[in-house]
Amino acid sequence: MTVEGRAQDAKEDPNRNPASKRVIKVLRRAPVHVALFALLFVWLIPTIGLFINSFRSVDSINSTGWWTVLTAPSGLSLDNYRQVLGQQDLGSKFLNSLYITIPATLIPTMIAAFTAYAFAWMKFPGRTWLFLILVALIVIPLQTTFIPIGRFFSNFFGTNINGSFLAVWLAHTAYGLPFAIYLLRNFMGSLPREIFEAAYIDGASPVTAFFRLALPMSVPAIASLVIFQFVFVWNDLLVALIFIGGNTDNQPLTQSLASLVNSFGSGWQYLAAAGFIAMIVPLLVFLSLQRFFVRGISAGSVKG
Amino acid sequence: MFSVKAIPTMPHRPLALLVVVVLAASACSSGSTTPAPVVTQAPVVTTAPGATATVTPTTGPIGGTLTVMGTWSGDEQTSFLAMIQPWVNQTGVQIKYTGTRDINASLNQGIQTGTLPDLAGLPGPGQMAEYQAAGKLIKLNDVIDSATYKANNSSGLVNLGMVGTDIYGVFIKASVKGLIWYNPAVVDVSKGAPKTWDDVKALATADASKAKAAWCVGLESGAASGWPGTDFIEDFVLRTAGPDVYKQWYQGKVKWSDPKIKAAFQDYGDVIKASYGGSNYILSTNFGNGGDGLFTTPPNCLFHHQASFITGFSKFKTGTAGTSYDFFPFPDIDPAYSGAVEGAGDLFGMFHDTPAARSLMAYLVTPAAQSIWVGRGGALSPNKLVVNYPDDIARRSGEILANAKTFVFDASDNMPTAMNAEFWKQILVFVKDPSKIDAVLADLDAVQSSAYGS
Amino acid sequence: MDTRIITALEVVLVVPAVLVGYILATERLISLAHGKWRERIRPWLWLTPAFVLLTAFLIIPTIQTIWYSFHNKDGSQWRGLDNYAWFLNGTGLESLINNVLWVVFLTVGTIVIGLSVAVLADRVRYESLAKSILFMPMAISGVCAAVIWKFMYWYQTPGTTQTGVVNEVITKAGQSPIPFLVDSDYKIATFALIFIMIWMWTGFATVILSASLKSISPELLEAARVDGANEWQVFRKITFPLLSPTIAVVSTTMIITGLKTFDLVYTLTANGSYDTQTIANEMYNQYFSFSQYGRGSAIAVVLLLAIVPVMLFNIRRFQFQEGIR
Repeated sequence: MTVEGRAQDAKEDPNRNPASKRVIKVLRRAPVHVALFALLFVWLIPTIGLFINSFRSVDSINSTGWWTVLTAPSGLSLDNYRQVLGQQDLGSKFLNSLYITIPATLIPTMIAAFTAYAFAWMKFPGRTWLFLILVALIVIPLQTTFIPIGRFFSNFFGTNINGSFLAVWLAHTAYGLPFAIYLLRNFMGSLPREIFEAAYIDGASPVTAFFRLALPMSVPAIASLVIFQFVFVWNDLLVALIFIGGNTDNQPLTQSLASLVNSFGSGWQYLAAAGFIAMIVPLLVFLSLQRFFVRGISAGSVKG
Repeated sequence: MFSVKAIPTMPHRPLALLVVVVLAASACSSGSTTPAPVVTQAPVVTTAPGATATVTPTTGPIGGTLTVMGTWSGDEQTSFLAMIQPWVNQTGVQIKYTGTRDINASLNQGIQTGTLPDLAGLPGPGQMAEYQAAGKLIKLNDVIDSATYKANNSSGLVNLGMVGTDIYGVFIKASVKGLIWYNPAVVDVSKGAPKTWDDVKALATADASKAKAAWCVGLESGAASGWPGTDFIEDFVLRTAGPDVYKQWYQGKVKWSDPKIKAAFQDYGDVIKASYGGSNYILSTNFGNGGDGLFTTPPNCLFHHQASFITGFSKFKTGTAGTSYDFFPFPDIDPAYSGAVEGAGDLFGMFHDTPAARSLMAYLVTPAAQSIWVGRGGALSPNKLVVNYPDDIARRSGEILANAKTFVFDASDNMPTAMNAEFWKQILVFVKDPSKIDAVLADLDAVQSSAYGS
Repeated sequence: MDTRIITALEVVLVVPAVLVGYILATERLISLAHGKWRERIRPWLWLTPAFVLLTAFLIIPTIQTIWYSFHNKDGSQWRGLDNYAWFLNGTGLESLINNVLWVVFLTVGTIVIGLSVAVLADRVRYESLAKSILFMPMAISGVCAAVIWKFMYWYQTPGTTQTGVVNEVITKAGQSPIPFLVDSDYKIATFALIFIMIWMWTGFATVILSASLKSISPELLEAARVDGANEWQVFRKITFPLLSPTIAVVSTTMIITGLKTFDLVYTLTANGSYDTQTIANEMYNQYFSFSQYGRGSAIAVVLLLAIVPVMLFNIRRFQFQEGIR
């Protein structure tokens, strides 16, 4: 936070700008604000619509647009939320989602970090080709892997782990790794060479260089990776359905939410409310990691 | 999904209850000190005239857990769990139920990896045969009381659950397709419901001034969009070409470009031409809202063609059965095929032979069990003994199912999935532009040539 | 419940310890080797965990997929290139054309908007709020996104009350409503879906580009400004070139996302009706819905082949990056 404060001060220190200059500056910035506000408004409309409709009955949603509520509020109720929150075992499913998502975010991120470092800063034959294969793996449709992986899990070192958390952790780790390595390798590869050379001259080993230099300098990239891996796993329904299947004790929140709608699609209005409830955790993760997207984190660590 | 917690202190006595007895919750809890489990409606099951009375399977405490998977979610899931609650109370088995629309994917995975639920809803007769061929499904001949089951259920449905002479899947819930819904305040049927398709057209002409169009159609249904149209065409095929052609058609032995099938598409094209809103509206409107036009002022349309389960949707759900809406069955077209009815249902099968699984399977086919869901509304029972329908509309739908001279299963659901999916999609192409009928049928023929067999 | 918490805690504590321990242990092992060999062995030891996982979970299944693509539906008969011919003669061409649209518009859309927001928001005090708003669609699950856009694109017949926002605006402006999700003219339905995807994925581009933007040294930018460069010149000459590796990464990811698009096509436009079919949706149908493993696998292989140009571009870029640093 202090780093951000300093950066802000350097940018807009009022002591360096007399009042008149500040007005001019604000006016010159006006197009920036207008452009941003217009875009943010467009981006928010769908979510606002969903939010308002989450308080409306299916009949009102079907007969009038959600914006009519803005001028004549009527027929709003918490019924959809009651239906969502009234589901049995919702709390347990929520915890399951956390149990699934946290390790399934942590493990691939960590493995990706040192793998990416090896790709970025170590020399070995076949490096380019291995990396090529790795990037290609991002495009593999997960569906083609379900049966082979499921068979592997059914005799995983002698036990059947289908239905367990371990199965989803491993699956999500493998599915997340190619992109994770790709993103981090790119970031680490763009770090300046001099830093590492200086460290090696000082007698640092690659292990030290990785933990003391590469990792801290890659914090913004790692933070964004954590956010996205978290969101993907949190919102996943299919992988959990395939590898946890009918084991209700381990199913995630998404399974609860999907089953609000019956097999004919009736009950979709509950999804609006469910969407907002399920969104809270990924948003909190995003907001709490925001502080790592700050100018100077990498620069600061280099100086230190 | 939901775990139904068993009441562990059930009196340990075998219960041999006749169906005529007021079942389940009330009977069980009387001898127990624990509070009665919540079953919203204690079903009263009466024996239909002329039917054989059956005995519910005797069950005592079994304990343990049972994994069940089905396509039923939302309110269907609640009804299913209510249906098995009395059994849970008796046996003390903990049910682990998962309702998912991706059951196909989940079961395919399970077939390949060996991790399957104990009992599961089967996606369709085709998949049932596949799972049976893979040796995963348990034969139900002596799991359920098969003689009683065959006697009390429509043979059309029973046969669909059989491979050769063995039962592998049973129906515990069904629906009647091809009902024509109308608003009694708008359409005048005082002279009796239409007996022939020409009567329907005459009625539409007579009442033409009362609504903007003759028909309301809504085809949107996510990835399955178009299926309401397949039902309509199937109704035409069944009544103009007869059950034999109908069967050969879904078996891939009659081509789509065959004049008999083409005629059904043309008849459907006439309906679309006489429908409210034009093709863009038809394609954009969810099938659940498809009948909303019956209730607008002025009415958008006179008729809506849909299965018995439409009563769970939109204006049907909020309206009153019999007064705000009513139906007449799809009338005969060719008198030679009079009395043919199309229906659908959900197959249920067993993957693990455990005492709990056997017991629940046997329970599910009993009228006692099925009357619970029926009583809650939204379902018909394939079992003729179940008659406790919540209203007149549901009762009449149930009677159509029970009394059908010829009962056929939804043809598209009997086709290979690739054929079925293409049928849905080509309905959309056809509705968008009915003049493309030959291209549509040629495309369907092309898929037919490769979808059957391997 | 308790056991789940304990297992999860174990994983959260033990796995990092094991991974760090692994790196330290390999370093011990390497120290036993002779000087030149150390540098040769080390990379392989660092790559081992990832490649063991990837081999088991992705590479072996992919080899199987390639094998299946030359066989019939259940792998019991050799079919040569039949499955490929079937795809290219069937929906293949339509899917390829649509995927080109997806790739081009999705990538350009997310990059242009994402980059603009990342750069513009960097200059305002509500940056965090701005980025949160763009990120929100990512946090919403796919099922809900479909519901949201139903509210956006909803169509009612002309002259009746519109329930969709976009058509409300269009009719208020005196035009007739557009049935976005069922309209194949000018590929309106495809573009309607692409816009949904841009809405969902711009947050991704913004966050990653913004992370990269923050690593550009402020002194560098300040120096350019002192030298008299205006903001546009600073962006073009300094910011953009320094961001270009990240732009390449985001583009690659978006190209792959565009190629793999299927769930919106599946649920919103009736399983690829109205001229919206995509490669991945066709694959899903054949592989998952129809159990046609041969055909499904062939389409998956087409998907793999489709990204070869992207990979070649990446290889060149990495070689360039290593050449200059």
